[in-house]
Amino acid sequence: MEVYLDNNSTTQMDPKVQEVYCDSIKKYGNVNVIYNKGIECRKLLNDAYDTLYDGLGASDDDDIIITSSTTEGNNAVIKTFLDLFLKGSPKNHIISTVAEHSSIKSPLKYCKSLGMEVTYVGTDPNGLVSLEDIEAAITDKTCLISVLIASNETGAIQDIKGISAIAKKHNVRFHSDGAQAIGKMKVDLVDLGVDYFTWSAHKFHGPKGIGGLFIKGGAPYNTLIHGSKNVMGGKRAGSLYNNGVAAMAKAVEIANINLSFLDHTTRALRDKLEDELLTIADTKSYVPREHRLKNLVAISFRGVEGEAMLWDMNLNGIYISTGSSCSSEDLESSAVVEALGEKVEIANATVMFALSKFTTEAEIDYVIEQVKKAISRIRDISMTYAKQEAFSVHLH
Amino acid sequence: MARNDLVTGNVWEQYSKKVQDRMNNPRALGEFTQEDADKAGAKLIVADFGAESCGDAVRLYWLVDEKTDTIIDSKFRSFGCGTAIASSDAMAELCIGKKVDDAVHITNTEVEAFLRDEPNTPAVPPQKMHCSVMAYDVIIEAAAQYKGVDRSEIVNADIVCECARKTRKDIVDAIREHNLQTVEEIVATTKAGSYCKSCVRPGGHEEKDVYLVDILAEVKEQLEHEKLEIAADTTQSGENSFDKMTIVQRIKAVDAVIDEYIRPMLIMDGGNMEIIDIKENIPYYDIYIRYLGACSSCASGSTGTLYAIEATLKQKLDENIRVLPV
Repeated sequence: MEVYLDNNSTTQMDPKVQEVYCDSIKKYGNVNVIYNKGIECRKLLNDAYDTLYDGLGASDDDDIIITSSTTEGNNAVIKTFLDLFLKGSPKNHIISTVAEHSSIKSPLKYCKSLGMEVTYVGTDPNGLVSLEDIEAAITDKTCLISVLIASNETGAIQDIKGISAIAKKHNVRFHSDGAQAIGKMKVDLVDLGVDYFTWSAHKFHGPKGIGGLFIKGGAPYNTLIHGSKNVMGGKRAGSLYNNGVAAMAKAVEIANINLSFLDHTTRALRDKLEDELLTIADTKSYVPREHRLKNLVAISFRGVEGEAMLWDMNLNGIYISTGSSCSSEDLESSAVVEALGEKVEIANATVMFALSKFTTEAEIDYVIEQVKKAISRIRDISMTYAKQEAFSVHLH
Repeated sequence: MARNDLVTGNVWEQYSKKVQDRMNNPRALGEFTQEDADKAGAKLIVADFGAESCGDAVRLYWLVDEKTDTIIDSKFRSFGCGTAIASSDAMAELCIGKKVDDAVHITNTEVEAFLRDEPNTPAVPPQKMHCSVMAYDVIIEAAAQYKGVDRSEIVNADIVCECARKTRKDIVDAIREHNLQTVEEIVATTKAGSYCKSCVRPGGHEEKDVYLVDILAEVKEQLEHEKLEIAADTTQSGENSFDKMTIVQRIKAVDAVIDEYIRPMLIMDGGNMEIIDIKENIPYYDIYIRYLGACSSCASGSTGTLYAIEATLKQKLDENIRVLPV
């Protein structure tokens, strides 16, 4: 049996989305030219935009810019403020959190190298950012607050509406990285009150290489990609990925319809998996369920190194992810898990099971059985689990 | 290798079959008790190294025959990834039958070579080499315990890169011999810093006492100092060539030649000249001069006189001198 449980990293395309993707790829006319061959594409894009605006609760005064990914959207937002700073704005300060993805942390590091200031607000043991900490970090130099809506690793869901209100009160712009939101919770952009929101279609059963950037009407924006004004009024130049846009719109539509399914079936499967895994001794799960993404179990098995766990799971056709340093290219353990106040050894023992609407009960039963076997095998190899009291540490 | 960096490598695909096999079925896994030791008439050694916070920790068990100092059996337990388990397993097996003094020479590079399927294909990808270092460290720990000495008496304290087992001397020699200018060149030449990269500069996976960037800065400073000393010594003995001189020495040398051969000639015609600057423009030395007095309006200043000045400096100092009036 093959069970894919890495759905916070990427998902398989929904068959209905795939249908739209393949059908619309046949319409190849240049949408920017006045002949009839362009009109069929214009209709395709207009319909897709209607679905996106409607599905995400954007108003007609707002922009939804098509991007290649959340990463691109995050870069565009942050570098808009870098651009203002480099052109002489005295506002040089951005507030973000330790729980962010590298597509936020890395451009912020770049801003720092060019003279901007960045404050990273910490998270509590539940993975949550406190509104007081955010507000306390604001200075008269602050131009932007960027807080992800939910962490792909811990699943902790932040109080985006609360942060929006604080940002408004202090007249600071607010961006939320929404990569983990669409398909996992209702997203109403006007209601959330954000100035910017970014996402990728492949996180909710759409195609890879396409995403969106919501910009509230009137919020500053500077394009990363300059070129013809024909495409999105020059706000992101380059020929559009038409069938990607159509497929993303379909994926948003289906994601909204499926929210109740997630709430019942997928969440119940997640709860079953978590309950069963927690019966294993010395096991700890992160973030209370009411604050966590409904599809995720983030859990650590004491004495079981994450990559070793992935190895045994992989041998049995189960695909999960880990916060362990050993599985990453740079040998760094998960900063997000560490931010929970957990020790590094726990981050190294953390694995994530992320379900999707395609996950079945038979799969979950199989996973529970295989995890129990793997834990028992790896703990047998490990001496830090079996003989903890006798284990003396020699740091290198 | 730009093309090869475009698609991220999968560390597991780069594990040798031997590594995979030992991860799935470790052979030397287990432990010995005092009872086992008594039965075998051997001394029991239990040594630990690493910590869960590093992602890896290992415990090594030895049964040592005290009459011959020979390890008659060896087992391990390990908290860690595939590489850590496989290399601990291979290490424990390699210890069996060896004298304790020979076992301390089993390094992580040897363990890695032992785990290769093909002699020229690494058993693990570069960044996982770090996970095998513990295999060496725990042997040192066990040997120190057996001999009742501190590990510092056995271990080579000069090691800068544990993954590649390169000492400070290896690094310094390479910098001097190949005139290395950047840490990237050190990494390429010595292989130090090419695995987990912790020793290259601060901020890596593991904190170090000394980094390659520090050693490079130190050696560069030393080399610069030595160059100055050589320049000073050889000038004193009058043997210094123009290319080995410091900038001050070059100015003085040029001035001396001009004083002796050129200036008297110019002064006779009611003129003079001064040196404005000397610039190294590899392979040339550009000497900027300014004519003074009558020379400044003399047509020969850009032809005959200039040629004479340049020819004299070339002959007396260096073939690559060019003279440029400002």
